[in-house]
Amino acid sequence: MAAHFPSAATDDFVIDVAGVTKRFGDKTVVNGINLQVRRGEIYGFLGPNGSGKTTFIRMLCGLLTPDAGTGTCLGYDVRTQQAEIKRHVGYMTQKFSYYEDLSIRENLDFIARIYAVPDRAAVVQKSLERLGLQNRSHQLAGQLSGGWKQRLALAACLIHSPQLLLLDEPTAGVDPKARREFWDHIHQLTADGLTVLITTHYMDEAERCHRLAYLAYGNLLTRGTLDEVLTTAKLSTWTVVGPNLRVLADQLRRQPGVEQVVAFGTTLHVSGRDAALLAAAIAQIRTPAHQWTQVRSGLEDVFISLMDEAQDNFS
Amino acid sequence: MNPPRFTFHRFWAIVLKEFIQMKRDRVTFGMMIGIPLMQLIIFGFAINADPKHLPAAIRSADQGPFARTLIVALKNSGYFNFVREAPTESEAQRLLQVGAVQFIINIPEDFSRRLLRGERPTVLIEADATDPAAVGPAVSATRALAESVFNRDLPGPLSRLRAKPGPVDFRIHAHYNPENITQYNIVPGLMGVVLTMTMVVITALAITRERERGTMENLLATPVRPFEVMTGKILPYIAVGYVQVTLILLAAHFIFHVPMDGSFMLLYGVSLFFIAANLAMGITFSTLAKNQLQAVQMAFFFFLPSILLSGFMFPFRGMPEWAQWIGTCLPNTHFLRIARGILLKGNGLAEIAPELWPLLLFLTVAMTVGVKRYRQTLD
Ligand SMILES: Nc1ncnc2c1ncn2[C@@H]1O[C@H](COP(=O)(O)OP(=O)(O)OP(=O)(O)O)[C@@H](O)[C@H]1O
Ligand SMILES: [Mg+2]
Repeated sequence: MAAHFPSAATDDFVIDVAGVTKRFGDKTVVNGINLQVRRGEIYGFLGPNGSGKTTFIRMLCGLLTPDAGTGTCLGYDVRTQQAEIKRHVGYMTQKFSYYEDLSIRENLDFIARIYAVPDRAAVVQKSLERLGLQNRSHQLAGQLSGGWKQRLALAACLIHSPQLLLLDEPTAGVDPKARREFWDHIHQLTADGLTVLITTHYMDEAERCHRLAYLAYGNLLTRGTLDEVLTTAKLSTWTVVGPNLRVLADQLRRQPGVEQVVAFGTTLHVSGRDAALLAAAIAQIRTPAHQWTQVRSGLEDVFISLMDEAQDNFS
Repeated sequence: MNPPRFTFHRFWAIVLKEFIQMKRDRVTFGMMIGIPLMQLIIFGFAINADPKHLPAAIRSADQGPFARTLIVALKNSGYFNFVREAPTESEAQRLLQVGAVQFIINIPEDFSRRLLRGERPTVLIEADATDPAAVGPAVSATRALAESVFNRDLPGPLSRLRAKPGPVDFRIHAHYNPENITQYNIVPGLMGVVLTMTMVVITALAITRERERGTMENLLATPVRPFEVMTGKILPYIAVGYVQVTLILLAAHFIFHVPMDGSFMLLYGVSLFFIAANLAMGITFSTLAKNQLQAVQMAFFFFLPSILLSGFMFPFRGMPEWAQWIGTCLPNTHFLRIARGILLKGNGLAEIAPELWPLLLFLTVAMTVGVKRYRQTLD
């Protein structure tokens, strides 16, 4: 993968890092990651629990010092110019980390003061209105429900008009409607030139990103647009409908070449990396009672397959 | 091109936030006011109240009327409660040793005769001065008594015997603790003790709390600098410290009638450095501690020598040299001397200067260690 770009092109990359590595003790949590994120892009960062997503984001915004690797964030060196990076990045932590004993307005006001936001009172007011928080502005942050805390956190990390947003699982535990509103809002912001790096465990959210990266055990397994990720995975998937799917599933799992058998309601999804082997396996137990169709692999199938593969390789 | 090290707006953001959090945290705020009041009551009244009816033994070898008058007068002063009359010498010493009596009053055999001859007979008062504060008032009352006790018994031509320095020579022999502390020492000293106790604890929690609640991650992701966080967290508590100083001074004046000879402005001004020194110490603890419990333990560890080795509890010069060395390193030791000096002796800036620079030195060192130890990353 290309780790170096001609300097003229670098301007387009808001995040451009190569070989970023972080170890805790003798455990390598982030292992030589290369990542380029273009201006105005929504970049989805996916990976199982403990894969190093949060750790990587913390290194981008200067909260952790990388053990190895180089690169820039907003044109500033991630190793030496952390103070500048902090001024232009909005970081939403995975765990709510605003002050629970301060009201919504006080929290926003505090952050606005820290960043010396000009015309502070008006900016805070506008931010409250935009996120529909104005009626609750005097409520203590600690008394908010999870979804409202997320809204507050988003409002707070946007208050200084950052050029880059780093969002660490911003929609965990948020209801579908609020999630959709959240994503509409993110898309609107990127249309205005903001760049967003976002981690999520939701596949529907991954599909709303311009580009994706998938991380497992600290290694970047794949990256690119949705289509690129799906086609490079070379995973073939079949669906089957018919009677006695439980028995069929057990049968399938014993076949060589069958890597995933997942039930979706009355349908089974059967996937494997070796298309020929999978087709052979299916041909063997195929009966007219069941209706088999080859389909395009879903993102989730691809990610689970990548994770299984990574498990074989790295652990 | 690093951004400026210190900016006022970021510092002020922290200050306002801390003020709001302090306002919300009623219990802690109540403690900040409650602790000085409680300590005033405990230390101020329990130690400082004019103790009366102290157990005493009389060894009178003279049965004459003058001796009788003296005994009655001592009784009437209210300070002595004569639990034993006429014990033997060895018995009296034992009583004193086990603490059954606080005083032995020895009236010599030839008391009346020498009194009439104008020879100022000596009355020896042996005192158990283990707790000097308890003995002091009784001793002073006795001294005052000496001047007037025989005014009625020495009329006419004998009135010349009344002349100063009085007809009786009271000699005080303090056992066990020859140091003499006046009761006024306690209340000014209390100021230092209260400030040490509350100020160190409150800021010891300041950063560990942010870390434990997870708000540290957010704070670190902003451009705020260590020095801004430290000073921003210190300033609101300086205000609290001044409330405490004022409370204690009011109590000192109106309840304990401590003389106030020096300049209040000077005392208030100097208090700033002492308060800040303690707050900086607390902040430094909170950068070292892993959690809030550890922070409180560290604060307690600092508080104990501050109360025991500073000259508040025990006379400083009576302590062994190593203890004096430790005491010298503690800000409370110097502040005690400053506060007592200003209040009781009317000291000015020139007199307190030798105690002032150690405070400034301590403040600088604590602050530097704190800023150095403050981690700007989560590593
Ligand atoms: N400060 C730390 N010290 C030691 N180990 C750490 C530290 N922070 C994270 N780790 C370890 O690093 C690994 C990656 O953690 P990280 O939080 O980056 O994962 P993640 O991808 O964000 O997971 P999740 O999806 O659960 O949020 C985990 O195994 C975690 O235990
Ligand atoms: Mg995470």
